[in-house]
Amino acid sequence: MRDREVELSRDTAIALETEGIDVPVVPGRSSNLLRRSLRLGRTKVGLALVGFLVLIAVLGPLVAPHAPDAFVARPFSAPGTGGAVLGTDYLGQDVLSRFLHGGLNILVLAIISTAIGLVLGLAIGLAAAYSRNWLDDVLMRAMDVIMAFPQIMLALVAVSLVGPKNWVTITAIALTTAPRVARVARGAAQPVVERDFIGATEAMGMSRFRIIGGELFPNILGPMMVEASLRLTYSIAVIAALAFLGLANDPNGPNWGTMIQQNQGALATQPWGALLPILAIALLTMGTGLIGDGIARTAAGIDRERGDE
Amino acid sequence: MKWLRGGGIWGFIVRRVLLGILVMFLVSIIVFAGTQALGDPARAILGRDATPDRLAALQKQLNLDQNVVGQYFQWLGGLLHGDLGTSLASQQPVSTALGPRLVSSIVLVVIAAVISIPLSIAIGSYAALHREKKFDTIVSNTMLALASLPEFVVALLLVILFSTSVFHWLPAISPVPPGHRAWEYPDELILPVVTLAFAVTPYVSRIMRASMIEVLESDYVEMARLKGLSERTVLYRHALPNAIGPVFQVAAISLAYLAGGIVVIEYVFNYPGIGSELVDAVQNHDIPVVQALAILIAGLYVLLNLLADVATILVTPRLRTRL
Repeated sequence: MRDREVELSRDTAIALETEGIDVPVVPGRSSNLLRRSLRLGRTKVGLALVGFLVLIAVLGPLVAPHAPDAFVARPFSAPGTGGAVLGTDYLGQDVLSRFLHGGLNILVLAIISTAIGLVLGLAIGLAAAYSRNWLDDVLMRAMDVIMAFPQIMLALVAVSLVGPKNWVTITAIALTTAPRVARVARGAAQPVVERDFIGATEAMGMSRFRIIGGELFPNILGPMMVEASLRLTYSIAVIAALAFLGLANDPNGPNWGTMIQQNQGALATQPWGALLPILAIALLTMGTGLIGDGIARTAAGIDRERGDE
Repeated sequence: MKWLRGGGIWGFIVRRVLLGILVMFLVSIIVFAGTQALGDPARAILGRDATPDRLAALQKQLNLDQNVVGQYFQWLGGLLHGDLGTSLASQQPVSTALGPRLVSSIVLVVIAAVISIPLSIAIGSYAALHREKKFDTIVSNTMLALASLPEFVVALLLVILFSTSVFHWLPAISPVPPGHRAWEYPDELILPVVTLAFAVTPYVSRIMRASMIEVLESDYVEMARLKGLSERTVLYRHALPNAIGPVFQVAAISLAYLAGGIVVIEYVFNYPGIGSELVDAVQNHDIPVVQALAILIAGLYVLLNLLADVATILVTPRLRTRL
């Protein structure tokens, strides 16, 4: 394994140096990773896409011309009928208003469940890598067991047994996100744990919690940021798919996934009801994907768009 | 687990299979605990129709009148003998209904794999040979975009493009009638297969490209060129066989991922496989079918991961010697 550059907190670096231990300091390497990744065109495009859709999801409900559950014209009316700019859906509700109301639920659920999954997975992965003993094996085999369940399947089964509640969706996504994150965190942390300075900090009597949180974590920030955007992309996909399967929290509420399912039958005659949310989900996941790729390229040292790999 | 090392390649395979069996055993406990031991499935199934005698009859049918451990082992014993219980919706053995659907799903995944894996290898190699040229840039950006799209979004975009709105070339749904085989309706298979292929190709071609670049820059390829071999011979005889190793692992993992991906794709196309069956069973609260499918899909995942690990070890001499 090639030695990776590591980064130490100031206090630890000074303490180690006074003990006469060589300190591999590379100041501020990962802290400005996000900023450096913005030099890449793809990160900018990704950020613009995500920003645009987040804006629609958050501000949409405030500017929607109709209530999401108001009947404004006959079902599947053409655009322009009864004040419905983009026509009506399968019940005669305004497509545009439902679209503007329909992003928030998916976005909030995806962010919360991904965040919980990341924290959980990070904790497990770091604990496994740091322990270097039986705990490592036990934790990672347990992760293998959970990973045998595809995300969408576990979420489906959980929702079918407990009911389509928001907390069930969040728990299912967080639980299936964690092992995948743990695997990456452990993989990234392992070469760092092997380095001398970890042993030295232990010898200095620094608490495990501080070593893991203060020294180990900053060194795997790069891969974790890539993983975070990847996991967010998948969470959005699974949560939208659940709604598409008719298992959203509110089966009649405005929700991009639900809208697709309700209106896909009329794709040939009144496409907007399904097309608009399909495009929104596509652009949102593409945006998070592009951001992730931008960070990954920056972390791998491919700063320029057409750089040498 | 250091006490388990040694034994060479066979030792590794035996350990990996044992680990797979252990994982499946734990999976079965989780599936059982999740679906049957927690809560009262009989009440969940009957919902508002839960009169006391119907509840009692159903509890007997589901073996809920026994203790939990007894229930589990009875269920597990049945599973191992191929008895997956009785579907609550159809009142038929789960295995009768599941057999043809499993075949349909396997047909879908196998065709997708047969098309997408060689295609990915070709795309990845070509992109590696013409690095940073137009083809490489276009492909890498397209693949990046495809990789982030949810499968059902890809499926619906294909439907919009090829059957409902832009062109009217292909059927929008693929409802193979009962008693018929999926391959009797090749036009209905096209869109589901393309969707699955789109889900796999970005990952496999990306790995192939990276692996090929590494091999092309290696000393032995340089040596082969210096010996005066034609570029063609260098590529097919020396570079390709060495670059293909990592592809096995990613291909198998992608296929394992498809075990989950087919759930939504089959639903979109109304295709009668195990994925759409799971959605139906979930909507009908058909617990025995949900249990059977959960075990089956998890089993596929574990099996494909096992094959990926073994194949990687077999084709990578560097790893083989480390065992």
